[in-house]
Amino acid sequence: MSTGPVPKPIAGPSNFIDERIGAGTFLKRNLRKVFPDHWSFLLGEIALYSFIILLLTGTFLTFFFKPSMGHTVYEGSYDALKGVTMSEAYASSLHISFDIRGGLLMRQMHHWAALLFTAGMMVHALRVFFTGAYRKPRELNWLIGVLLLTLALLEGLTGYSLPDDLLSGAGLRITEGVAISLPLVGTWITFFLFGGEYPGEDVISRFYSLHILLIPGILLALITAHMILMWVQKHTQMPGKGRTNENVVGAPFYPAFMAKAGAYFMFTFGVIALLGTFAQINPIWLFGPYNPANISAGSQPDFYMGFLEGALRLMPAWEINLFGGSGGTLPMNVLIPALVPMGIIMTGLALYPFLEQWVTGDRREHHVVDRPRNNPHRTSIGMSAITFYGLLWLLGANDEIAAFFSVSLNWTTYVGRVLIFVGPFLAYVITYRTCLGLQRKDADIIGHGVESGVIKRLPSGEYIEVHVPPHPAIEALMRDKKPVPIIAGADSDDPDGDGIPSKGMRSPLGKLRAKMSKAYGGEKIALTDGHAHGHEEHAAVGSGEDDKPSLTH
Amino acid sequence: MNRITARRRHPLARYAVLLLALVLIGGFYTLVTAKSNERADAAIASGKADDVAEGKKLFELSCSSCHGLNAEGTKQGPTLVGVGAAAVDFQVSSGRMPMANPGPQAPRKQPAPWVNETTIRQLAAYVQSLGGGPAVPGNEQVDAALGDKAKGGELFRANCIQCHNFVGAGGALTQGKHAPPLHEATERQIYEAMITGPQAMPVFNDSIITPQQKRDMIAYIVGVRDEPNPGGAGLGRVGPVTEGLVAWIVGISLLILAAIWITAKKRQAQ
Ligand code: HEC
Ligand code: HEC
Ligand code: HEM
Repeated sequence: MSTGPVPKPIAGPSNFIDERIGAGTFLKRNLRKVFPDHWSFLLGEIALYSFIILLLTGTFLTFFFKPSMGHTVYEGSYDALKGVTMSEAYASSLHISFDIRGGLLMRQMHHWAALLFTAGMMVHALRVFFTGAYRKPRELNWLIGVLLLTLALLEGLTGYSLPDDLLSGAGLRITEGVAISLPLVGTWITFFLFGGEYPGEDVISRFYSLHILLIPGILLALITAHMILMWVQKHTQMPGKGRTNENVVGAPFYPAFMAKAGAYFMFTFGVIALLGTFAQINPIWLFGPYNPANISAGSQPDFYMGFLEGALRLMPAWEINLFGGSGGTLPMNVLIPALVPMGIIMTGLALYPFLEQWVTGDRREHHVVDRPRNNPHRTSIGMSAITFYGLLWLLGANDEIAAFFSVSLNWTTYVGRVLIFVGPFLAYVITYRTCLGLQRKDADIIGHGVESGVIKRLPSGEYIEVHVPPHPAIEALMRDKKPVPIIAGADSDDPDGDGIPSKGMRSPLGKLRAKMSKAYGGEKIALTDGHAHGHEEHAAVGSGEDDKPSLTH
Repeated sequence: MNRITARRRHPLARYAVLLLALVLIGGFYTLVTAKSNERADAAIASGKADDVAEGKKLFELSCSSCHGLNAEGTKQGPTLVGVGAAAVDFQVSSGRMPMANPGPQAPRKQPAPWVNETTIRQLAAYVQSLGGGPAVPGNEQVDAALGDKAKGGELFRANCIQCHNFVGAGGALTQGKHAPPLHEATERQIYEAMITGPQAMPVFNDSIITPQQKRDMIAYIVGVRDEPNPGGAGLGRVGPVTEGLVAWIVGISLLILAAIWITAKKRQAQ
């Protein structure tokens, strides 16, 4: 991975440091580290830089924010609330918004950064998922990522509740509802969290400690671990010319990547500052102070909580009364939507790399990522998960949708209840077909070349369009396709021809595994015409580079 | 104890009770009739007799097809006896009546060309003459400048936002009905909406919310909707839904474009 002579700006300081503490070679090595330069590798950085901005703006907010639910009468400069009794937390958030110089900008930047932080994580995770970059040896980093996402949701929820306004109070109320509906421990947990009967006097200060101390601390530690692992394991890279599982092609950290990363930080900062300046977010003064007796139409949480809200709205009222009510009530209408979708999505994310490994039996290291079309089942599973999540998210805003498009609110719920089952299934089928179609197109280009737009007239009078070979870079990208592995012996009942299925495949679980492996893996559309696609091909995984381009036309 | 029981058994006791009951009923009756007479008098005084006559003509022309020739109601529309001048003023000035096409609810629209202050007053006078009901409030009663915004805000949050949203952005109700945004309603219409309770909206009569409190709420609604957004573009003021859309459509898209742009220039391997 050494890339030419070490430039002077690195050599100088690292010699200086080397002579004092003997760490120069470490610097030398690491500053020349190579980063791939495909745009999708920058997505994670949106989250990273947003986090830095969250730390900075959040610290500013802590200077002025009072995490107390003590009562006070507002006497600040916002007219429409003068003389209204409210909590200190709310009053101090108003104070930040109206009477602290730059306070509103900081609050708004903090909130926009929070949205971009979670959104950035999501697009980053999707990139990793669809390209299979979570495969060995990066499963651990994937798990850290899932944990980060979960914690970010929690961090957002606690931060959102801090200003103690009427809108965030609605979210707090739901949190309480979920906590109290947990069987056996529910009451205990709620009393612990709220310091007594809801809303109590304690929850804001408890959320405050969680929001500015505990969760950011864990986030910071996990992000550091994430970065270190990424550094040690190096980036994956898109398939292409000269890119193998043994190298990384791209720009060295210093100076090229550092310049790019620095520029990208500035971009993120700029976008957040622009949004914070020109787009109003969470106008708490319009919502009024929290009062458990009031609730507004159109109460929604921040977008990253939207899927939980949607699940809650979708769920029919279903309760189980144990022993005719004397044994307590299991409010399934709260428990299921609060726990099941979150469980499906987060557990599914966490387990996917291991499930895939189990199904494909693929335990090799992967540093070159897949193009999404080349692993159609994975891509389809991802798309149906997105559909599931997206539908819930959309339905969390069903009242806004009903009001905006003048449709019946009830019907959005009825249709949603059907779509939530049918949608993911349709997404699966459509994505699968699309992937195969794209693979076929690739095979076609490899086989016949691309249309050049040049029409030639043959001596016989016939017109033909001249096909030319694709650009070498594109061809290399296409030729990198490898079949998804299948566990040994899964594609026939009797691999050794001795009439006995191999050992692992005799149990029902083994049979299921073999079946899934066969469906999931294998070559769906062979890349080249006339190229035998038998089982030998599977053994020859990774030898694609040696084939000479065989353009027959 | 014993003495009371004894008196109850006195032969004159039943006459005394009867007398008391009669006095009570009579007093109540005079009170009630006086009140409704007063109303009718007021209607005739404020609307003048010709207004009622003119109003009846207008009514027969534009409204009777649904509400019946004597406003007694038909299958197409409810009776208007007793809804009061305020209801007519609200419904007609906001363009809801005459209703155009049947639907879950009559929406606000551009009023018909013949609608103006005079015709509304005449229609209102006619309907008022039929059976009384809440009268059109006076200018001072609805003047936002005389209300207390902050108090109004508290009342508004306690009584109205579950349907109309914190900032009066409106919201969906069941079965295709909706509480409309409060961006267009005039001060007087806001007052009238409260005292007449159009369609799915409850009536907030003066014993629930006093006239002074109504004026406070008008001050709040009008004050907040005219207030600039200190934080930049208001994004429809509907809260996190549009904020989330902006975060994705503006924020994430811009950053992805930036990423593509930054990585577009590749170092050529030598
Ligand atoms: C196409 C039929 C139709 C016509 C024409 C019509 N209305 Fe109505 N009106 C209705 C219906 C239906 C309702 C009840 C539901 C509603 O309020 O939307 C109603 C309700 C009302 C109410 C509210 C009653 C209440 O209980 O508060 C008033 C006042 C009213 N109409 C006045 C008028 C006047 C005045 C006209 C003529 C200018 C008129 N309407 C023309 C159908 C009609
Ligand atoms: C149960 C839900 C509900 C509540 C509570 C409610 N409203 Fe309404 N409001 C409605 C509905 C529905 C309409 C539409 C009626 C129509 O179109 O005839 C409406 C209409 C209005 C209008 C007319 C808007 C326009 O553009 O013409 C005003 C003003 C209004 N409401 C004010 C209030 C105020 C002030 C309160 C609190 C005191 C309140 N509403 C409480 C449901 C509600
Ligand atoms: C790391 C991810 C973080 C997320 C997702 C996040 C999210 C949020 C959100 C959504 C709010 C509500 C903002 C509003 O009022 O509009 C908030 C408020 C707040 N956050 Fe954070 N935050 C994060 C980190 C931090 C950190 C590190 C600090 C402090 C060091 C902090 C301090 C605060 C304070 C003091 C408030 C309340 C101030 C106010 O709303 O006026 N946050 N946070």
